[in-house]
Amino acid sequence: MNNKTFQFATHTVLFIGVLLMVVPIWIAFASSTHENVTVLTEGMQWTLGDQLIKNYNEVLNQKGGFSQEITATSMFINSFIMAFGIASVKVIISSMSAYAIVYFRFKLAVPLFWLIFITLLVPLEVRILPSYQIVSDLNLTNSYTGLILPLVASATATFFFRQFYKSIPDELLEAAKLDGANSWKFFIDFLLPLSKTMIAAMFIFMFVYGYSQYLWPLIMTSDEKYWTVVMGMKIIFQESYEGGNLPRVAERFAYIILSMIPPVLVVVFLQRWFIKGLIQTEK
Amino acid sequence: MSFLRLEEVTKIYPNGTKAVDKTSLNIENGEFMVFVGPSGCGKSTLLRMIAGLEDITKGEIILDGKTINKVDPSERDIAMVFQNYALYPHMNVYKNLAYGLKNRGDSKQKIDKKVNEVAELLEIKEYLQRKPGQLSGGQRQRVAMGRAIVRNPKVFLFDEPLSNLDAKLRGQVRIEIKKLQKQMEVTSVFVTHDQIEAMTLGDRLAVINEGIIEQVGSPIEVYENPASLFVAEFIGTPQMNFIKGSLNSGIFKSNHYNYKTKLDNTNDEIIFGVRPENLVLKDDGELKVKIDLIEKLGADSIIYGVDQNNNNLCYRENGNTKLKANEIVSLTIENNKYHLFDAITKKRLS
Repeated sequence: MNNKTFQFATHTVLFIGVLLMVVPIWIAFASSTHENVTVLTEGMQWTLGDQLIKNYNEVLNQKGGFSQEITATSMFINSFIMAFGIASVKVIISSMSAYAIVYFRFKLAVPLFWLIFITLLVPLEVRILPSYQIVSDLNLTNSYTGLILPLVASATATFFFRQFYKSIPDELLEAAKLDGANSWKFFIDFLLPLSKTMIAAMFIFMFVYGYSQYLWPLIMTSDEKYWTVVMGMKIIFQESYEGGNLPRVAERFAYIILSMIPPVLVVVFLQRWFIKGLIQTEK
Repeated sequence: MSFLRLEEVTKIYPNGTKAVDKTSLNIENGEFMVFVGPSGCGKSTLLRMIAGLEDITKGEIILDGKTINKVDPSERDIAMVFQNYALYPHMNVYKNLAYGLKNRGDSKQKIDKKVNEVAELLEIKEYLQRKPGQLSGGQRQRVAMGRAIVRNPKVFLFDEPLSNLDAKLRGQVRIEIKKLQKQMEVTSVFVTHDQIEAMTLGDRLAVINEGIIEQVGSPIEVYENPASLFVAEFIGTPQMNFIKGSLNSGIFKSNHYNYKTKLDNTNDEIIFGVRPENLVLKDDGELKVKIDLIEKLGADSIIYGVDQNNNNLCYRENGNTKLKANEIVSLTIENNKYHLFDAITKKRLS
């Protein structure tokens, strides 16, 4: 196969992949700009309608929920706080625990590492009742702390940081020691800047993980003030069925489109950093 | 009293390996000391103990009148150049040089002044804003040196810093290091397995084998009077020739030949050593050597052959020798330029 046909073939495959990703989003977006009636009677739409501003305005500012206390905007804020909190605390905790495991040769380092690693087998869904018990005993239900705390320990991130630290030559640590860097300084001045691309990648993964949590916030929050976007997707416009009104389908599409924006922003913003780090080989 | 003193320093690793065994050594102020030995002989361990990167199992290291066994590496006032330079990859050259000073709490102006001075001295001023990844091997080497110099330490330690450079650059940098050391008059300890580096750089050498210092002395002293069989073998290329035999009232005997030595000992097991350049042509010499191989190096030729006792020998000839393989040459030993070793104790006789 010559070069051109090969290129054509690969591009075709790529293009099909892109279409599979983009078309559903486009349909959701196009549908979100029509009136509810249009979507209900004619099905999903391929073209843009004229209700864009009205629908999005309504979604963002209309109060929903059982007690009509929360708007989509505040749910976005809740989700953002939760995801941001989970991602940043996860990065901090796992980079530090990996630091301890790799650089401080205490006796239990290896068993402790494997203990952390084994927690991969016990995801939140498995331990959800005991976790809930603990959080509720600590009076942390219906709070951001309660939303974030049980999710911040991460075996995956600890593992990745550990592998990365192990690849850093010992001479670097020794040179730093001679230059008067203590343990803290070595961590802050060396490991963190050297692993910033790792940190960016971990942050992206963990942010998306935190943002898409469904079960935990559903159990944790009885107060609508703490509802998150993913929960809201099911609940927020539910009242429409009960009142005999038309289901607010178009607005739901608008809501879905909006809910995709924060993780996309995080990826777009951190990706530039991420790629920059990949191009400059620093080690 | 010497400036840097090692007293019966011993290092035993947790797994029981004895890396350094009761080593004592005095290094004078401003002296350039080279630790030379084969890999795994403990020379790097010794250096790292001086730096404070390895614990000392037993013994004492005394710097400038103070025992530094328990002093933190950063407070020993010692700078080290590592084999792989260990430059900080995420910092530019300026920050690499400034980092130690910053941790010491020097003021910004002082740091700036020192860094610029050193950069000028090492001619790396134009790279100050670059990162180590953008520098060539030679430039990195200079930055590594700069990082050591900038702190104005009492002692420089070099851990095989030339082994990552190509042959030509290695020669250049070697000369630069020597000049710089003489200019700054800072006590230095240089670890290498390369005997040319050792001979050219050191004011004195410490030849180390299996955790023990076999001999300490100036390069020429070590070359001309090797204290043990190991030193004789290790220092000098091509290697010294060795002939096994016995000594009878001062006459060295080995199968087909006798040689009258200046000693009058009697000893059954002797190793007779003679350097290639001390074997010279003589019509009725004691050694009849059948030539195997001739290496023409330009300035001289190295001739390998076998003598009548089946010992492998080599000697030096001028560059454009007319000799050919399978010819037999007759050689003798230049006036008293030979070495006698006890084959059992491996020590020098006399």
